[in-house]
Amino acid sequence: MEFQDLQIMAEQERSRRKAIRIHCCTSSGCQASGALELFHQLQAAVEAAGQNERVDIVGVGCMGFCGQGPMVSVEADGVLFEHVRPEQAPEIIASLDGGPCNVKQGDHAHPFFSRQLHIVRRNGGVIDPERIEEYIAVGGYQALYHVLHEMSPAEVIDAITRSGLRGRGGAGYPTGLKWATVAKSPGERKFVICNGDEGDPGAFMDRSILESDPHLILEGMSIAAYAVGADQGYLYVRGEYPLAIARLQKAIAQARKHDLLGSQIFDTSFNFRVDIRVGAGAFVCGEETALIASIEGRRGQPRPRPPYPAEHGLWGYPTLINNVETFGNIAPIITNGADWYAGIGTERSKGTKVFALTGKVRNTGLIEVPMGMTIREIVEELGGGTPDGTPVKGVQTGGPSGGCIPEALFDTPVDYESLAEVGSIMGSGGMVVMDATTNMVEIARFYMEFCMDESCGKCIPCRTGTVQMYRLLSKISAGQATAADLATLEQLCHLLRETSLCGLGQSAPNPVQSTLRYFREEYERLLRKRVRINLTSR
Amino acid sequence: MKRHQYRADALIEVLHKAQELYGHLTEDRLLEIAHSLHLPPSRVYGVATFYHFFSLTPQGEHSCTVCLGTACYVKGAMELLATLETESGLRAGSTSADGKLSLLTARCLGACGIAPAVIVDGNVAGHADPEVMRARVRALLDED
Ligand SMILES: Cc1cc2nc3c(=O)[nH]c(=O)nc-3n(C[C@H](O)[C@H](O)[C@H](O)COP(=O)(O)O)c2cc1C
Ligand code: SF4
Ligand code: FES
Ligand code: FES
Repeated sequence: MEFQDLQIMAEQERSRRKAIRIHCCTSSGCQASGALELFHQLQAAVEAAGQNERVDIVGVGCMGFCGQGPMVSVEADGVLFEHVRPEQAPEIIASLDGGPCNVKQGDHAHPFFSRQLHIVRRNGGVIDPERIEEYIAVGGYQALYHVLHEMSPAEVIDAITRSGLRGRGGAGYPTGLKWATVAKSPGERKFVICNGDEGDPGAFMDRSILESDPHLILEGMSIAAYAVGADQGYLYVRGEYPLAIARLQKAIAQARKHDLLGSQIFDTSFNFRVDIRVGAGAFVCGEETALIASIEGRRGQPRPRPPYPAEHGLWGYPTLINNVETFGNIAPIITNGADWYAGIGTERSKGTKVFALTGKVRNTGLIEVPMGMTIREIVEELGGGTPDGTPVKGVQTGGPSGGCIPEALFDTPVDYESLAEVGSIMGSGGMVVMDATTNMVEIARFYMEFCMDESCGKCIPCRTGTVQMYRLLSKISAGQATAADLATLEQLCHLLRETSLCGLGQSAPNPVQSTLRYFREEYERLLRKRVRINLTSR
Repeated sequence: MKRHQYRADALIEVLHKAQELYGHLTEDRLLEIAHSLHLPPSRVYGVATFYHFFSLTPQGEHSCTVCLGTACYVKGAMELLATLETESGLRAGSTSADGKLSLLTARCLGACGIAPAVIVDGNVAGHADPEVMRARVRALLDED
C-alpha cells in the first residue's frame, strides 16, 4: 500500500456514497434498546419506498446519547431522532420528502452536544466501524503513513511529549515520557499493549471507543510501536464486551488484508502484528502488571514495581502499556500537530477527556469535553441536572479508586490536579451523579464490597483490610456502630493506603475517606441512633 | 487446543473456549487441559478459580444477570434484584433445583447509559423495570 492507494480508496469510498446517508447507531447501548431490529426495518422501509438508489442506511458507532437510544440521524441535514421504535422506520424515510413525522427529535444545539469537543470520538456515530474503507475515507491511516515515511521514532516521541498528552487509564502519567522510557530500554523484542480492561463500574468510554472506531486504536498502537521499536501488540479487552471484541477482530483482519498490519507496512521495514486477549472477569487485571500476568496465561496478580513494564514487562521484555483512550489521541495529534493539541485544555492537563455520565442525571451517555470544564457545567448544562429536579448531592469520579465530590465543590475544573485536590481522581472517566436521596454510607459500603470481592489476595493489608472495612461499614449502615468503630475505620484507611502492594488496595479507602470528608454527618447520624437505642433500653 | 500449539500462555484462551463449548468447566476437563498444555493441574485449577468468568458448576438452562455496578446501583438495581430473588425463590448466584434458571449478578456490563441493565440469556435489556423483569423471570421458570 502506498499513500496514493489510500487516497484512491478514500475517493472510491466517497464516490460510492448515495445522496442521503442515514446513520443508525448499532452499538451496545442502542442494541440493548432494539437497534438491530430498527436497522433492518429502516433498510426494509427504504426498499419499500423504492429509495435504494438515493438512501443508504449505515450502522454506525455510539453517538453518545445512549440513554435516549436507539438513535438515528440523517447526515446531510443533521436531523436527530431519539427513542426510535422499529415500526417508525417508514415514517422516518417518508420524512425525507417532507412527510409528517412524529418521531421524537433531538436537538444538536443542546449543550449536551454543542459543548462537546470531539477528538477521540470524532468518528463515533459517523462511520461504520465494520468497514475499513469508511475509516480511510475520513483520512484514516494517513497519520501512520506520515510517521513511517517522514518522521524518525525520536521525532514521534517528541511530538507526543510536546502535545502534553497524559495517560487516560487513571494515573495521568505523561505519555511521551513513558514512550521514551520504552524506546531506550534495551531488549531483543518489545511489546505494545492496549489496556481495554475497563473494570471500573459505571464507566463505558473504552467500550464505546473500541466499538465505534476500532481502526483509530489500531492506528494509534501502530504509531506507538514504531516509536518504541515494538513488532507485536496485544489488545486486552474485557470478556464482558463481546461486540467490541467482534469489531476489533474484524478490524484487524481488514487491516491485515490491506497490509496496514503485518510485514513491511507502507513498504517500509516496519512490521507490526496485533492479537486480542480476552479478559476473564477480574477487575485487578486492569492494573498493568496483573494484566501482563494474565496475557502470559497466569493468575492476574500484580507484582511490586519497579521494575516497571517499560523496562521489564511481557515475558521480561520492555513493554509499553497505554489505555484505549490514550491510543485514541495519537493519530489526531500526529495529523494536527502537537501545538494544536497543547492548545486545548488547561496548563497541566491537555486535550479532551471522555466521560461516561450516568446515575441521577437527565442526559446520560458519553461526552468528550475539553479538560478544564467544570463539574457544574458537565452535570447541570450537559447533563441537564437530575431527571425529577431533586437537588444534586454529588458526583463520584474514578469509581472504586476515586471519590465523591459534593455539589458545593462543583466549580472544580476537571483536570488531574484539581480533582486530586478535592480528594478524588480523574480515573478512567466514570462520572456517576447522585441526588439527595442517595445514601452516602451505602455508596461507600458498595465500593468497599467491590474492592473486597476484587482483591486478588496477594497482600494481607488489602485482603483482610477490605473485609474489616466492609464489616465496619455494614455495622455503621445498620445503625449498630459506635464512635470507636468509626475511628477504627479511619485507621484502616491509612493502613491500606500505606501498605498495600497495588493501586487497588492503596486506593480502596478513597470512597470512604471522601464521603467521610464531605458527608460525615451521614455517618454520625447513624452512630447517634445507637445512643438513642441505649437510652431507651435502659 | 491444536490451534494454540499447546502453548502455556494460551491457557486462558483455552479455558474460554472450553467454557463456551461445554457451558462450565469440570475437574476432568481441567485435568485434560493441564495435560495437553504440559502444565501442572494446580496451575490450571488456580487460574480457573481466580477469574470470575469461569464456572466450575453447571449453569441453568436460562440465565438472568442483574448488573450491580454503580450506575445501576444508584438507579435501583438492588430493589430490582430483590424483586427477582423473591419471584424466583433463588438467591443471587444460584441455580434453581430443576436447572431452569440461574440468577446472577455482575459488576457493570458497560451499559451504564441505560441503567439499570439486565442480561437475559445473553441479551442486554436496559432501563429494566422490576415488574417487567419479574414477568420475564416467571415466564422462564414456568416454561416447559
Ligand atoms: C486496580 C487497578 C485497575 C486498573 N484498571 C485499569 C483499566 O481498566 N484500564 C486502564 O487503562 N488502566 C487501568 N489501570 C491503570 C493501569 O495500571 C495503567 O496505569 C494504565 O493502563 C496505563 O495507561 P495510560 O498511561 O495510558 O493511562 C488500573 C490500575 C489499577 C491499580
Ligand atoms: S493491594 Fe489487593 S489487589 Fe493489589 S496486590 Fe495486594 S491484595 Fe492484590
Ligand atoms: S450506544 Fe447508541 S448512542 Fe451510545
Ligand atoms: S453499572 Fe450497570 S451497566 Fe455499568
